[in-house]
Amino acid sequence: MHELGSILFLMAAATLRTATPLILCAMGGLFSEKSGIIDVGLEGKMLMAAFFAAATASLTGSPWAGVGAAIVASEVLALLHGFACIVHRGNQVVSGVALNILAAGLTVVLGNAWFKQGGQTPSLSHSQRLMPLVFPNAGDSILVYVALLSVPFTWWLVSRTRFGLRLRAVGEMPLAVDAAGISVTWLRFRAVLLCGFFAGLAGSYISIAQNAGFSRDMTAGQGFIALAAIIFGKWRPVPAFGACLMFGLLDAVAIRLQGLKVPGIGEVPVQLFQALPYLLTMFLLAGFIGRAVAPKAIGVPYTKEH
Amino acid sequence: MSTSRRPLPVWADIILLPLINIALAFIVVGIIVEIIGVDPFQALGLLVTGAVGSSESIGYTLYYATNFIFTGLAVSVAFHAGLFNIGGEGQAYIGGLGCGLAILAFDRFLPAWLLVPIAIAAAALFGAAWAAVPAWLQASRGSHIVITTIMFNFVASALMVYLMVNVLIAPGSMTPQSRGFAPSAALPVLLGSTLNLSIALALACCVAVWIFLWHTSWGYALRTMGHNPAAAVYAGTNLKRMTMLAMCLSGALAGLVSVNELMGVQHRILLDFQAGYGFAGIAVALMGRSHPLGVVLAALLFGALQQGGAELSFDIPGITREMVVVIQGLVILFSGALEHLPRPWLQAVLARRP
Amino acid sequence: MQVLKPGGLANEGAAIELRSIDKSFGAVHAVRDVSMRIDAGRITGIVGENGAGKSTLMSILYGLYRADAGEILVGGAPLQMDSPRDAIAHGIGMVHQHFMLIDSFTVLENLVLGAEGGPLLAGGMAAARAELERLGREYGLWVDPDALVADLSVGEQQRVEILKVLFRGARILVLDEPSAVLTPQETEQLFRILTTLKERGVTVVLITHKLREIMATTDQVYVMRQGAIVASRATRDTNPEELAELMVGRKVLTRLDKAPARHGEVVLRTDHLSLVDARGVTLLQDIGLEVRAGEIVGIAGVSGNGQTELLQILSGIRTPSAGTVEVGGRVFDSAHPATPAEMRALGLAHVPEDRLRQGMVGAFSASETAILGYHEDAPFTNNYLLDGPAVGEHCADLMQRFDVRPRAPGLRSSSFSGGNQQKLVLAREMDQAPKVLLVGQPTRGVDIGAIEFIHRELVKSRDAGCAVLVVSVELEEILSLADRILVMFAGRIVGEVAPAEANERQLGLMMAGAQAAA
Repeated sequence: MHELGSILFLMAAATLRTATPLILCAMGGLFSEKSGIIDVGLEGKMLMAAFFAAATASLTGSPWAGVGAAIVASEVLALLHGFACIVHRGNQVVSGVALNILAAGLTVVLGNAWFKQGGQTPSLSHSQRLMPLVFPNAGDSILVYVALLSVPFTWWLVSRTRFGLRLRAVGEMPLAVDAAGISVTWLRFRAVLLCGFFAGLAGSYISIAQNAGFSRDMTAGQGFIALAAIIFGKWRPVPAFGACLMFGLLDAVAIRLQGLKVPGIGEVPVQLFQALPYLLTMFLLAGFIGRAVAPKAIGVPYTKEH
Repeated sequence: MSTSRRPLPVWADIILLPLINIALAFIVVGIIVEIIGVDPFQALGLLVTGAVGSSESIGYTLYYATNFIFTGLAVSVAFHAGLFNIGGEGQAYIGGLGCGLAILAFDRFLPAWLLVPIAIAAAALFGAAWAAVPAWLQASRGSHIVITTIMFNFVASALMVYLMVNVLIAPGSMTPQSRGFAPSAALPVLLGSTLNLSIALALACCVAVWIFLWHTSWGYALRTMGHNPAAAVYAGTNLKRMTMLAMCLSGALAGLVSVNELMGVQHRILLDFQAGYGFAGIAVALMGRSHPLGVVLAALLFGALQQGGAELSFDIPGITREMVVVIQGLVILFSGALEHLPRPWLQAVLARRP
Repeated sequence: MQVLKPGGLANEGAAIELRSIDKSFGAVHAVRDVSMRIDAGRITGIVGENGAGKSTLMSILYGLYRADAGEILVGGAPLQMDSPRDAIAHGIGMVHQHFMLIDSFTVLENLVLGAEGGPLLAGGMAAARAELERLGREYGLWVDPDALVADLSVGEQQRVEILKVLFRGARILVLDEPSAVLTPQETEQLFRILTTLKERGVTVVLITHKLREIMATTDQVYVMRQGAIVASRATRDTNPEELAELMVGRKVLTRLDKAPARHGEVVLRTDHLSLVDARGVTLLQDIGLEVRAGEIVGIAGVSGNGQTELLQILSGIRTPSAGTVEVGGRVFDSAHPATPAEMRALGLAHVPEDRLRQGMVGAFSASETAILGYHEDAPFTNNYLLDGPAVGEHCADLMQRFDVRPRAPGLRSSSFSGGNQQKLVLAREMDQAPKVLLVGQPTRGVDIGAIEFIHRELVKSRDAGCAVLVVSVELEEILSLADRILVMFAGRIVGEVAPAEANERQLGLMMAGAQAAA
């Protein structure tokens, strides 16, 4: 009985650990997508943030400096994305892809130039990392709690505030927002910056809380899983949070089952669990599990005639 | 957007603007190189020598360019149909599975003249099939192809890891790779490098795509759909079928990467042989304005960067090969998302001329 | 034309003065040196054809565009209008032709957008609810605050737009073509609302190209043509004929001279045709019509009463839910739907309502546009290969015969003027000597000269034995073109009239669903 309890606890903790960057990233992406700016570049922002968090923590010895640097790095990419998509009305998907590739290259180039460890940062000591707060074996660093709080915060901001109303409006019909005398550009920039902030937190969690340093491509598609979670949650904060938890659970189960032989089936293919978030999202998108309706103006640059 | 200035002349739009965009990307890279403490001009010199300094390095450059032509064409064909195929990565990967499976199945008893076409067809077929699923989801279920092709990249990756580790791994091998192909499956090598005959296939594909898009009724219908789907419906085009056709063609072209990589160089199936080429195809297509000729030119540039970058990283330890990835990202940024950045400035300059 | 007193004296009673407003978009001189005075507490009309510059002028007034030159005075004080925010701050509100409403929001959410009354929604929403109630009482404009905009009728949506403007405290209300999307009854209702607003001291500016509305509601009217004000009148001192002449700059369309139709056999027939969309809304109901060779059948109706969907079904673009379509002896129904390609093969040609969106590809050259839909046919295509020279020659030939200018087959289709685009599309469709010709809004966005040309070509086609079905929202056009007139309302054909016996009033009533066929 006691053993079962502890297994459940560890599973829950593992789920939450893997879900934390997804939740942070999804909440950030939600702001961007709600405002009508597709963010395929969550992955790149998170990767860049992870690198700068670890690099700064390693150089300064302070994890908080790392978090700060991560947010700045992520915001720089967010601003680039905004500059391309909002100011210059560039293709949002192209911009996101570009930033992902840029981040994948730049983190290794800079890492190699600064630390000469093949793109990795030096291993971080405990004092350079964000360590568990309450349960040492559960990995509940402060960012886990921040992630949990980010969900009601996002919900509140989107549904109960002036900013949220305008945010939802600009994703549906930017022209109406403009006609109401509200700046579409500034509104979308704020959304993109919020996205950068949360993606920055997500990235720093990965490299200085969950792990002890940066290694190349360490985000390994989690930005895309977060994107999938947003879609799975039909662009609503609480369901998106649910999707993050589900994807986190899938991952935790996959790790548990690794190498395990099930009678009659043989070894459980871990890769199936890795592919499941994507497959499930595709099922959803195909309309097999309800319908996901994106904000109407998503992906469409706002052009104002002058 | 209406501007008070005249639109750019065609030559400026298709030649000058892309060149400026590339130049901007290189300026940014130069700054990054400077930041990590290397003289950008020295680096550029080494890069150029590394890319075209000897016949061997030219061979490598062309070998890389071959991959870029395939994925660049893949993205271009989809672009013309108004579809954004980000799944070139996965389609190339699964194309490799098809190519490899065909060879592993037949290389012990089929002669080269039969085996090679079958393997090429299998590569194209598997690549097309992997693109067909997102295409079908978009055509019939309305799922957005950008999202589904991204997702399918990851699914392809998971599938390949599973197959390589559990099924296709050569008996007794410690690394996840298949047994080696029989020599009959190898394409002839050129210029004493990894360059092989698949470059001829790539160039043939360019010509074929050009004829298809601009000189056939199907290509006409495909471009109509890309520019104006309502007009395509009006004209009697079945959008679902045309979406499937465009994506399958796109996937097939991406799948051919494996002909160069597996039949030309590796002679076995292995993990991540396609890594990065699918995404780079987006940069190639954007820079080449989705025209086969432009794609060839852009692919040559990227091939040179890839080869020159590799040489550069040998000569200067501070620089890694990923510098090329940075350049790719910047090229996509500047010639894709920020393509309009220099336009007003260029318009002003050209308007001032007598 | 200078219509206000010079010298910059602040006129009492002038809500707005525009002085020498000028605006160009690229090479298009949209507004030329416009000066006007809008009296407080009255209804001022601005009338002009599509493209005369009315909407651009009002967008400048509302801060959406910035004028290249000129001055705007509100209440006597010159103002800089940089954004709608400035206009709103000075009591100017605008009801746009295309509603600025967010479908997935409630009425209340739409109302407060941009005027939320604080960073948190709760307080502002409660206050807005009370204010909405008050406005409803005062102006007779009641709408359910918690209804989703998507669920409202078009007339109700427009009321929300007006409420939005009043909610922001506007005392000057600008309406851009407000009746374009309304049924006649809804239009009547709108005019009653405008009169009430006037009685309560609100200044109203009504932009329209419909003279009846100007005559019915306004106190004062400005006529715009090609970006300039060409006349101003007190409404009671003018009449529709004079305004029409001023608008177009010459006598309006003369009635088309045409011989009586020689009816042949029925080549297009529908029976009990119905269409229900995915949401369960009935768009077409029990449509039965026949078109004979050698006649022009006109379908009249306010736009949005099913005409678009009817054309889509007849041309094979959309599948009906029930009923049959018969073309040249072949019968299609929902189980065996036609495709556009099949219809075309049967000799049915289709000039779509929206040529830019459907009838052509803007980015294609004119010669490529000139084979759209026929691109798989000889001589353009042989064995799947396009014959470039043949395609080019074909286009040059069409341009010659239909007087498309400039005669440049290689030019981008979108670079041609509206009239020339329409001629190109018409040429393409008529060139095939079709048995059936469907024409949607033949002269929308087309200048007067081209209108007459297009009308004559349609009659020529009829005389050559083609069965022509014309859908138009312009009553005059239907009256002059058609040999028989069918009136559509709410997805049904509510009556048939012979043009000789028809008058606009009777047709108008039928279009409003008020009266079945006499």
